[in-house]
Amino acid sequence: MSSFVLLTISALGLAGLYFLLASGLSLIFGLMSVLNLAHGAFFAVGGYAAWFVMDSLDALSPGPRFVVAVLASAAVGAVAGAVVELGLIRKLYGKHTEQILLTIGLGTAAVALMGGWFTFDPRLLAQPAWFGNTTAILGANVPNNRLLILGVAILLFAGLMVFLTRTRHGLIIRAGVENPSMVRALGIDVSRSFTLVFSIGGLLAGVGGALGAVFFNGINPSLGTAQLIFAFIVVVIGGLGSIPGTAVASVLVALTQVYVNNYGATGMGSISVVVLLAAILLIRPQGLLGKVQA
Amino acid sequence: MTFVSISNLQVYRGEAHVIHDVSFDVAEHGVTALLGRNGVGKTTTLLATMGLLPASGSITVGGVEVVGKPTHHIARLGVGYVPEDREVFSTLTVGENFRLAERSGSEPRYDLVFDLFPDLKGRLGQSAGTLSGGQQQMLSIGRALLNPASLLLIDEPTKGLAPTVVEDVVQALVTATSDTTVVLVEQNLWVAAHLAKHAVVLDQGMVVYQGDMETLASNPDLAGKYLGVAVR
Repeated sequence: MSSFVLLTISALGLAGLYFLLASGLSLIFGLMSVLNLAHGAFFAVGGYAAWFVMDSLDALSPGPRFVVAVLASAAVGAVAGAVVELGLIRKLYGKHTEQILLTIGLGTAAVALMGGWFTFDPRLLAQPAWFGNTTAILGANVPNNRLLILGVAILLFAGLMVFLTRTRHGLIIRAGVENPSMVRALGIDVSRSFTLVFSIGGLLAGVGGALGAVFFNGINPSLGTAQLIFAFIVVVIGGLGSIPGTAVASVLVALTQVYVNNYGATGMGSISVVVLLAAILLIRPQGLLGKVQA
Repeated sequence: MTFVSISNLQVYRGEAHVIHDVSFDVAEHGVTALLGRNGVGKTTTLLATMGLLPASGSITVGGVEVVGKPTHHIARLGVGYVPEDREVFSTLTVGENFRLAERSGSEPRYDLVFDLFPDLKGRLGQSAGTLSGGQQQMLSIGRALLNPASLLLIDEPTKGLAPTVVEDVVQALVTATSDTTVVLVEQNLWVAAHLAKHAVVLDQGMVVYQGDMETLASNPDLAGKYLGVAVR
């Protein structure tokens, strides 16, 4: 029983990381029909920003320093998202082949650049001692860092939902995901929301990178790219543009992956996720909470 | 007095050349019906006017050239748009659909909208996707009327509606369009004749009739020739 609880909470921590990476992807594709294959770079950039702060900001004790590190990774991710949208993607709306080529190239170049700068060896993130301790839950000694990742992901999910449902910008984004032309016809410059959504996507992925560096015991340039395939699977299973769908799918994918790896055969977890994707596409092509496209 | 002037308009949709050198004027105030058989370019003309399709030639609204302007700029000139197939935001509530249409600098005209469509007032919290076709059409028209509009582009407002709902919608449009310039695309000749003073008929992407709506509707030969309908 205790190992099941431990596995489940670890899987939920992984689900939190998938959600942070996939929610931005989902909004970006839903609103702008842009398949951002460079999104994994935001994750890695966030991880390195957190590593840099933890490594260099000695004046602060580890706890507050980690808070600053997460804020820095959020800020770096948000700026990276805005710069990519304004500088590169904006010129290519509606040109899907060019977008794919650009984002593949950008993602590859970003990984190579980070590899050249930081090397491809993982950089270990200095962590507050509390992270290494455990908390007893239903007889299982759960590492605190798993609880932290889960808590931050839930907090950001709640914040994102409040933003999307309680603010005018959120209203515009939700409407734009459904029908951007009609939003324009109401007199709204939806392209401003494009930058905002890229920035939010970068922010969430950046925080994901900081927490990923904790979860995976270090950050390396291709960590985000390696997780991107699972994030895309989450987006498709959850339904394009649906944040609650992304949250549900993140949990489903992570639980499937972890349970199969542990109770089935090691390495089969990733394959089982692809089988899950195929099954859901057969039963519900628009994803769990997605809307049928007209 | 002319409020909308379209001259030498050319519009392509993909490879298809849909509008060929179309020119016509729309008088200020009152309804001008844009008529023709299916596929002649009526909706395309409205989409080009709204900036939702690229076009060449000239379209002026109140003397302002709109070809080449982004859609949101055109909307802010006071152009309201009721699209074919309603295009309400089905995942948003009725209230959110209205809130989205609110514009800074002008007081939203909720009193006018709820006077015309009282049924919507009690459904503000309901998801727009769960409304009936008639209610969705009311929401689509109400959304366009929420801000003061100098020009309304209304595309087939009675399409797919039950006859009793058609009467409600027509009655609401009579009231709502009394002091506004309206370009109405409508397949139902009875509705067009009821609402419009003027008519422009397109055929194969060109203007083939421009004149009085009553003359067109009361002349079976003319209506049959251009619209392919029998007038009773």
